[in-house]
Amino acid sequence: MPRYFTDEHEWIDVEGDSATVGITDYAQEQLGDIVFVELPDVGTVIDKGKDAAVVESVKAASDVYAPISGEITETNSSLEDDPALVNSSPEEDGWFFRLTISDSSELEGLMDDKGYKTFVESL
Amino acid sequence: MSDETPQDETLLETLPLDAWHRAQGARMVPFAGYEMPIQYEGIVAEHNWTRTSASLFDVSHMGQLTLKGDNAAHELEKLLPGAISNLKPGKMRYSLLLTEAGGVIDDLMVTNTGPHLALVVNGACKWDDIAHLREHLPDDITLTHFDDFALLALQGPEAGAVLEELIPGTRELTFMTAGLFEWTRDGKTAHLWISRAGYTGEDGFEISVHEGCAEDLANALIADDRVKPAGLGARDSLRLEAGLPLYGHDLDQNIDPVSADLSFALSKKRRSEGGYLGHKAVAARLADAEGGTLARRRVGLLLDGRMPAREGADVFAGDTKVGIVTSGGFSPTLGRPIAMAYVDALHAAEGTALECEVRGKRLPATVSPMPFVPHRYFRGS
Repeated sequence: MPRYFTDEHEWIDVEGDSATVGITDYAQEQLGDIVFVELPDVGTVIDKGKDAAVVESVKAASDVYAPISGEITETNSSLEDDPALVNSSPEEDGWFFRLTISDSSELEGLMDDKGYKTFVESL
Repeated sequence: MSDETPQDETLLETLPLDAWHRAQGARMVPFAGYEMPIQYEGIVAEHNWTRTSASLFDVSHMGQLTLKGDNAAHELEKLLPGAISNLKPGKMRYSLLLTEAGGVIDDLMVTNTGPHLALVVNGACKWDDIAHLREHLPDDITLTHFDDFALLALQGPEAGAVLEELIPGTRELTFMTAGLFEWTRDGKTAHLWISRAGYTGEDGFEISVHEGCAEDLANALIADDRVKPAGLGARDSLRLEAGLPLYGHDLDQNIDPVSADLSFALSKKRRSEGGYLGHKAVAARLADAEGGTLARRRVGLLLDGRMPAREGADVFAGDTKVGIVTSGGFSPTLGRPIAMAYVDALHAAEGTALECEVRGKRLPATVSPMPFVPHRYFRGS
């Protein structure tokens, strides 16, 4: 299952025409203690680059943009009771939402694991 | 992902302990014109450590000023609503610099050190404060800016025990008193001006130390296992829980002390006698408050759920907008969001059910007494 990364510090797991989205370990580290995650409603159709979720840390609210366009099919209900999962397991249990991939060409140009690692090191 | 915090990195100054913070693993951010540590291991961990043990905060960005001269107290009283002339040596008082219209120029601590009056003012306001003081005080009052001094705050329930071990005699200080102490290490003696006060709601101290000794002192303090460094992030969540306003957010020149719920800073005698800049406006607001015609008031809000309402969120009573959040966040101690807001006085009574609007959603909120978390100041054993 290929995993892609954006320069906005999101990861995208692609499985067929479905994608799972979360934020990276680097992102959670930068945000600090996460106290609330506002997730989109299932059925919402979002466009690439538009607001998809909001992460509230103690310090501030940060937008999470949709890395690709699609329709939200599922959100991670575990985050309602335990938003700190994003801190403890950002790239696995702390996933945000799943969506259908409406245009797979949007995946082109995203980074792979190695590319993202180099990107983070350059920051 | 985008951080909404504005970052202006032009012309930033560094603190005397800049290298020390970085060596401690701090993340540095611009604040009040300085590069300052926002956190070390994490805001919640630092917050909780301050509530249960003791934390060391560097607040050297704040302005440390002194006034010296015949009648300095009397002259300063012309610029603020607190009683200063009757302040005994070693005692301190919270006060406010006011405009003619009663707006808050800054909030500050005034201490009678004996030889002079010491003022600690907000970092972001200090240059304007100095200009304001210099403009209004007579020329024979000497104003000195101790810009080569650091200010370290040691805060938390263990602060008293920790400091007494390092600097014997400090346990004699009670809340809002201060004194000069000597600290000797490796045969060198440093003079420390220590105040039992702070901005967290906990017992603790603020220690004024020459920048040349600041690193030694910081190291000596964190050598005690009960002390860890804490950053601006925890300082903000702690002061919010303690119900203490933050200048530039909960206070500014368009806000008067009565609306800000800071009437305790209006000394009784001076309310009637006046004689300070802004008195007329403040007296009018006090009359409004007594007559039930005050327009708005700073209140605490306890929110349901987990989603915080931040500064700028509108406050509603039904369909009517009745106020605005000026500080808000998640309370680590209470495990729920809290906020300070300015609300129409008609809707400011404790227990009033209101709503905060965040990204189109209405969050239930209840007007709540402050502090949200009880103060634990040391008033004597």
